[in-house]
Amino acid sequence: MEEVKVYGVWASPHSQKVIWALKLKGVKFDYIEEDLHNKSQKLLQYNPVYKKIPVLVHGEKPVAESVVILDYIEETWPENPLLPKDAYERAVARFWIQFGQEKSPTFHAFFRTAGEQQEKAVKEALEVLKILEEKGLGDKKFFGGNNIGLVDISFGWLAHWLEGMEEVVGIKLMEPSTLPRLHKWIKNFKEVPVIQENLPDPEKLLAYFKVLREKFVRDLPSNDQ
Amino acid sequence: MADEVILLNFCPSVFGMRIRIALAEKGIEYEYREEDLKNKSPLLLKMNPVHKKIPVLIHNGKPVCESLIAVEYIDEVWKEKAPILPSDPYQRAQARFWADYVDKKVYAAARNVWATKGEEQEAAKKEFIEILKVLEGELGDKPYFGGETFGLTDISLIGYYCWFYAYETFGNFSIESECPKLIAWAKRCMEKESVSKSLADPHTVYDFVLGVKKRLGLE
Repeated sequence: MEEVKVYGVWASPHSQKVIWALKLKGVKFDYIEEDLHNKSQKLLQYNPVYKKIPVLVHGEKPVAESVVILDYIEETWPENPLLPKDAYERAVARFWIQFGQEKSPTFHAFFRTAGEQQEKAVKEALEVLKILEEKGLGDKKFFGGNNIGLVDISFGWLAHWLEGMEEVVGIKLMEPSTLPRLHKWIKNFKEVPVIQENLPDPEKLLAYFKVLREKFVRDLPSNDQ
Repeated sequence: MADEVILLNFCPSVFGMRIRIALAEKGIEYEYREEDLKNKSPLLLKMNPVHKKIPVLIHNGKPVCESLIAVEYIDEVWKEKAPILPSDPYQRAQARFWADYVDKKVYAAARNVWATKGEEQEAAKKEFIEILKVLEGELGDKPYFGGETFGLTDISLIGYYCWFYAYETFGNFSIESECPKLIAWAKRCMEKESVSKSLADPHTVYDFVLGVKKRLGLE
């Protein structure tokens, strides 16, 4: 059995996605916490193109980019499948994963800006969440159906990171009255034992978001503050 | 029962070209429909309600949106012929990583080359060439990105080749002089009928870009 290593950071939902997928499949791995201000030689060697976490290393073979890593995990350890068997359903799942990727700048803007720019981001973010709820989730318990899958994992950040961001920014996006199905999904998602046992401490995350938000606001051009 | 395959496309789209190449590689018969992007068809809006964009592959009435997803879908459904992804999970991960790199980097950088002027354009050209050089580095001395056989990463990138004439003309530079190995790779790909029949004519692309520049006041 070849060794599996994951290079990540505790606060990143992208490293958490990889950890969730491995744990859901019962794959043993070593986790290495990176300091993003002082990246290890190993990380730079394993991901020379982007120099980012997460990176999965299987044997001595590195895989970078969380979407690519999740596909690799699914194909290497097919037990407890996280993608549908049917090719069409798989294409639909991949569509929603990509949708989430494409829309991340909107949520970045929500967290990193203020004033008019932030108002615009809030409006866009709400539209994105509405589409996700209506067309992605629908009336299903999970995006994956009765059990969680890669799409749920990809949107896991909505279930735990978003509330910290909302609190620090002082704007709520995930209102139970406007997004009731997503709200319910969050509750169901966090009740899955592997997820519940593998979430960063919310207090620690909140403190982390506070520091980050202060820095972003400080760095904004003065007329945007 | 015969499969019904329709492709909703817009001829200059590099993304549409990916699907056309995949369909041609597999020898799949399909109906090609050219969309007028200023007057999108009800079918397009129905089949891609989230993004309302081309290309859309419609297989027996069911839409697959996003070009790389459609290419993987084609590979999985018509798996007997001309595999597009390798069978080994690690090699598949590499192919997907580089196709994703193309998606993350090439489109935006290329657009800046033809959509800007002066200093901004010089910076854009520099960035664009840097990205192509990374790809050239990854290609190395292999005939194709995946090695001996034409595959996903090649398909993700080759469509841009028919846009090079437009980039070079508007940017006043030569891509071949900077990235000769990449151009050699592109010409090798063009020897495949699936590629040469799927790429748009560079002059058609040039005229299209000129039209966009005029419309956006970017001349």
